[in-house]
Amino acid sequence: MDSVSDPALLTLESCTVSFGGLIAVDELSLQVRPGELVSLIGPNGAGKTTVFNAITGVYPLARGDIRLEGTPLGGLPPHRVARLGVARTFQNIRLFRGLTVLDNLRAAMHHGSDYDLLRAALRSRRWAATEARLQAKARELLGLFELEGRAEEPAGSLPYGEQRRLEIVRALATGPRLLLLDEPAAGMNPAETQRLMDLIRSLIERFSLTILLIEHDMRLVMGVSDRVVVLNHGREIAAGTPQQIAGDPAVIEAYLGEPTH
Amino acid sequence: MWAHYLPRLVLYVAIGSVLVGLDVGLPRLLNAYLVQILVFVACNIVLATSLNLINGIAGQFSIGHAGFMAIGAYATAWLSTTHGQRLLAPYEGQRLEPLLIVAYLVVLMFLGGLAAALGGLLIGLPSLRLRGDYLAIATLGFGEIIRVLLLNLEPVGGATGLRGIPQYSSLFLVLVAAVVTVAALHNLGNSVHGRSLLAIREDETAAEALGIDCAHYKTSAFVIGAFFAGVAGCLYAHYTQFIHPRSFDFMKSIELVLIVVLGGGNLRSVILAAVAITLLPEGLRLVKGALHLPFDPRMAIYSALLIAAMLVRRERVLQAVLPGRKGGGLRE
Ligand SMILES: Nc1ncnc2c1ncn2[C@@H]1O[C@H](COP(=O)(O)OP(=O)(O)OP(=O)(O)O)[C@@H](O)[C@H]1O
Ligand SMILES: [Mg+2]
Repeated sequence: MDSVSDPALLTLESCTVSFGGLIAVDELSLQVRPGELVSLIGPNGAGKTTVFNAITGVYPLARGDIRLEGTPLGGLPPHRVARLGVARTFQNIRLFRGLTVLDNLRAAMHHGSDYDLLRAALRSRRWAATEARLQAKARELLGLFELEGRAEEPAGSLPYGEQRRLEIVRALATGPRLLLLDEPAAGMNPAETQRLMDLIRSLIERFSLTILLIEHDMRLVMGVSDRVVVLNHGREIAAGTPQQIAGDPAVIEAYLGEPTH
Repeated sequence: MWAHYLPRLVLYVAIGSVLVGLDVGLPRLLNAYLVQILVFVACNIVLATSLNLINGIAGQFSIGHAGFMAIGAYATAWLSTTHGQRLLAPYEGQRLEPLLIVAYLVVLMFLGGLAAALGGLLIGLPSLRLRGDYLAIATLGFGEIIRVLLLNLEPVGGATGLRGIPQYSSLFLVLVAAVVTVAALHNLGNSVHGRSLLAIREDETAAEALGIDCAHYKTSAFVIGAFFAGVAGCLYAHYTQFIHPRSFDFMKSIELVLIVVLGGGNLRSVILAAVAITLLPEGLRLVKGALHLPFDPRMAIYSALLIAAMLVRRERVLQAVLPGRKGGGLRE
């Protein structure tokens, strides 16, 4: 009822993640509004992936609070966070390599099923109807990402760029509100990166998504982001529009003049 | 409604008629020894395809499947020797008797399956925390604990085994059970449930990130797999009429693992492997007699087959044997 008071879809409040003595994320606060595309950038080891792992429940918070539309995510296991509408991709692609492209998608659509084990074992009419629906939806999604021709191939056999795209569609197949993309353009050539950039932007409209993006490719980041948050050593060192960030001395320092330590 | 189910109904009636034909015809054509081998083949198909759900599809490495079979066998054999036989005694020789026996056995199969499923739940729970070789050791321990418990459980015969189990099961019923199990497990593989298990086998972290409750599904694989193993145990006990903890030892579990590994996770190949591996010891018996071997060569042959399978289909076997190898954390 009172969601007006909290217009953010995702809120991080003074979040800290530590591994033993190492503080990977340090008192980070962040807000992402619905429909926004916010990029998280920073040098290697800045703590970007750790932020994703904290949001998705992979790592516990030492301190702080994470909320999705006001619902606290703290302490929830990853699959519960996913069911609340948070989907992600991984920095090192994690496809179901031995399964077909189609099955990678269908595995992500398990929530859309309305039949139980017995109905599955007996191949009931409801089973057949649901399977047909899931299959059609999966194929439609594959079409959007120009992967329909690959439907029956094992995911592991796809070329690198297509594997990256497949991982994004697979995340979309869960029907998320918030999509977390961890370096989706890594290893892509400039032409592929450009196509990916357009694709990512179009997703927001088409799926009424909100996106948090980690990316090293500055051209991509500057091109697609509404806002950029810069991390270094787990701390936010700058935040603002791409233009503001590009001229920020602290950012230039973090990227070019890595202090010795 | 009818359009959906009719083709299958026809298929099942056809399969059923073939099985009835086999049941009536085979005992006349074959001697009791050969019929018994066929019963063992069918039992092993049930056991291997159900283990395939755990090892091949869900990618959890279990080497204690004989333990589940033992639970089903002993629970139902005990029920029959203590209560069942007495329950059915008044109908002996009557026209109704065969029907009552079938009905009784169907109920018994469910009970045996449920008892084993309970064991599956017990072993499924630690599987949530253990991966790969640690899980394998836990399941091995489970199988051994069951065997040692039975060895010392006097009400079911202890070290002398349990005798005098009524022969309620038959080639026909065992074949029907095998067909039903294969059909159910095949259909399961082709459902949301099966795909979730496959996803867990492929990459647990990714599966979890897609909203798949890995703990729930892994446990369910153990529970369902154990259920069918319990059913097989019930049918086995009520055919051989005598069971001993020895029948459900580590060797039996390894035999089933070998079948699943040779089958490479594919249901059809698993069935073929089950047939081949069940017939193997019978063939060996002949060889052993001819060569005057002083030992049972099965373990050596199983090992050799496992190694051969490793060399020939390395990728698939590794997947079945070392599921934990890529399940690790996110720290890459
Ligand atoms: N599971 C873990 N255990 C211990 N340390 C970890 C773990 N995960 C991350 N770290 C450490 O936390 C810090 C932040 O790591 P993180 O992966 O979040 O960086 P990143 O910004 O994503 O870097 P990159 O751009 O290289 O992907 C690093 O020092 C890393 O070594
Ligand atoms: Mg990273």
